[in-house]
Amino acid sequence: MFGNFKILIHQGKQYIPDVTKAEVPGIFRGRPQISNEKTDTTALAEICPTEAISLNPVSIDLGKCTFCGECAIAFPDKIKFTKDYKLSTNDRERLIVKEGDDKLITLNREIVRKEISEYFSGSLKLRQVSAGGDNSCELELNACGNVNFDMGRFGIEFVASPRHADGIVITGPITENMAAPLQNCYDAIPEPKIIILAGTDAISGGIFIDSPALNRSFLDNYKIDLYVPGNPVHPLTFINGVLELIKRRK
Amino acid sequence: MTEDTSIKNNQTIALGEIPVLDYAQFSAHNISLLQQEYNHCVNYFAFPEGNKLKLISCIANDMEHTIAVFSTVVLSDSTLPSLTKHHLAFHSFEREIHENYGINYSDHPWLKPLRFPFDRADKNSRIDNYPFYSIDSEELHEVGVGPIHAGIIEPGHFRFTCNGEQILHLEIQLGYQHRGIEKLFLKKKKLLQRTTLAENIAGDTVAGHTTAFVNLRESLCGYRAEEDLQFVRTLALELERIAIHTGDLSAICTDIAYQLGSSVFGRLRTPVINFLQLWCGNRLSKGLIRAGKNNFPFTKENGEQLKNLFEEFEPDFNEMYREFKTLPSVLSRLEKTGMVSNEQALATGTVGMSARMSGIVRDIRSTHPHDLYPQLNHDPAIKNHGDVYSRTQIRREEILQSIGYIKEMLKNIPTENKSRQELKSPSPSSFSLSLVEGWRGEICHCAITDEKGELLHYKIKDPSQHNWLALALAVRNNEISDFPICNKSFDLSYCGHDL
Ligand code: SF4
Repeated sequence: MFGNFKILIHQGKQYIPDVTKAEVPGIFRGRPQISNEKTDTTALAEICPTEAISLNPVSIDLGKCTFCGECAIAFPDKIKFTKDYKLSTNDRERLIVKEGDDKLITLNREIVRKEISEYFSGSLKLRQVSAGGDNSCELELNACGNVNFDMGRFGIEFVASPRHADGIVITGPITENMAAPLQNCYDAIPEPKIIILAGTDAISGGIFIDSPALNRSFLDNYKIDLYVPGNPVHPLTFINGVLELIKRRK
Repeated sequence: MTEDTSIKNNQTIALGEIPVLDYAQFSAHNISLLQQEYNHCVNYFAFPEGNKLKLISCIANDMEHTIAVFSTVVLSDSTLPSLTKHHLAFHSFEREIHENYGINYSDHPWLKPLRFPFDRADKNSRIDNYPFYSIDSEELHEVGVGPIHAGIIEPGHFRFTCNGEQILHLEIQLGYQHRGIEKLFLKKKKLLQRTTLAENIAGDTVAGHTTAFVNLRESLCGYRAEEDLQFVRTLALELERIAIHTGDLSAICTDIAYQLGSSVFGRLRTPVINFLQLWCGNRLSKGLIRAGKNNFPFTKENGEQLKNLFEEFEPDFNEMYREFKTLPSVLSRLEKTGMVSNEQALATGTVGMSARMSGIVRDIRSTHPHDLYPQLNHDPAIKNHGDVYSRTQIRREEILQSIGYIKEMLKNIPTENKSRQELKSPSPSSFSLSLVEGWRGEICHCAITDEKGELLHYKIKDPSQHNWLALALAVRNNEISDFPICNKSFDLSYCGHDL
């Protein structure tokens, strides 16, 4: 018993007091800024492994970007990745960052389903489905609940059964072999069935986008409530995105 | 006639140098090599040559630190006597060859599909209509778990045949995570695309698989990685080992409902992965390891940060582990649970921790060392009981060992090489093999190039491919309620296996 107390005291306080304002250590590749600087844009777009960069105007689609950072290393005057981890949105268009604009990425309040903030602002239970995920987003979603990020303090938790869940968090590019289990899981969730796509692979397929082993047809049938970019998603990106989604409307 | 060509880890040879034996000789050579405990199969795969198939076997010799490579050519619709009949360690490789190319084996004990890949030979064989092994008995019952599990983990299906609470048999069904990675390696031509693929094989083994890929690539291009590149790779591998092992100790505590251990080990993982982010911008080191270059030079300041990190990590870790291992309620759940005997581990060809838990000295860091490992003189951590507790103890020892290695490495941080050679194009008509000891065990990547130096075939083997069968054996005669802890203590990869 005494040993346990000692251990507890030695841990100090580990939780991040304010997850909406926390700073991430060192370098982090969060929301990019693209300057108006003239460069060899064809060469720039050519670098990208996932065709996340489009031209005229130069833009980066954070739903496709793997955050490898190679574009910013090759063209430091054109592209910078900031430490802003607030990347989640419910509007697919808002994931596209264009040259010259330095807007924060936010949710589009207009298209948040009314029942979401009505029902879930104090408590949200989610079921996670890894559909070809490489276990990196899965590790980070697990980390959301650890003593550092402590997402449970907001009433947001992952649960074991879809029947106990208000929504589903999908990771991975959705393989053919997971298409049916994913559908079954979704069907078992009660209305209003929130859908969150976590990570680049889930949002666009990422580096696997054109693999014949995928079956992404599930996504054609439903409206996505939240996109959380990252490779993997950072716990702060996820938590902040979900908090915004369930925030009670004034 | 020489029966095989013997190469070193990360060596590239002309494809023509690999002896082509007839199948009977090929088979006999494989079987005779595996009679020695110091030999084991690190990769065995088929690749199409016209309407024929070339089968290439790679048998590592841990005593001589070499890998014997040899091949045979067979017709694509052949029926062959299996190697598995003689040595179980070949079972998954032959199942893969059967599933991908339709080769039949007359005496393979169990040609169960391995991963239901999109390009499998038999399209009628589907993941949702697979007939599980079942025993017709009124006393026994079956329990099906998955593919989606209760926690945030990857999918796989476990079918238990139980006698009351006791597991008689477990059949594991994988393939749900199949993304067609090996084929994408051929389709995506840019180096960065392929590096990104390597980083996404298994997100908990980014350093492991990416190091295997870049070492292989550099070998194919005749590039010798400078010391600073080797430093980065070795450091990333050891940090990955510390982070995941610590996280696994936390998960083991969670599964036995030991809350304090779960929280403390869990939070101890955080500074390690946060350090990776501090250094390279990603908590799981995606973006760090690159062929022929380094985007994130490791500075003296990084060295200081890491030293300070371990100064805080070690006492807290040791204190927690001491408490953990003195609790009878902990030990009673870990000891003699999920045991794999030395004979079973050898027969099934286990690697990594899953071999070392049962007294098998198998660790690429000491037997086929790459990067800075020759200097570190690694001495593998070995246990003999093959139970959950052995796997727990190995994790602790390896964490402390890795910290020791890193401290050693920090005494001599190489300066950034500013005048690197260019990475040339890969040599034509070649074969190359790369072995890396990831935290889970031995990773093997093989590549074959065509006459222009373009990739013709890319073969990845995650240690999990060897080890899943060990989990199935481990749980026999255990209570079904001990399955989670058994599973966690192996912590095998679904996506690494399914590719
Ligand atoms: S950081 Fe994103 S946009 Fe830039 S090259 Fe990498 S994947 Fe492409």
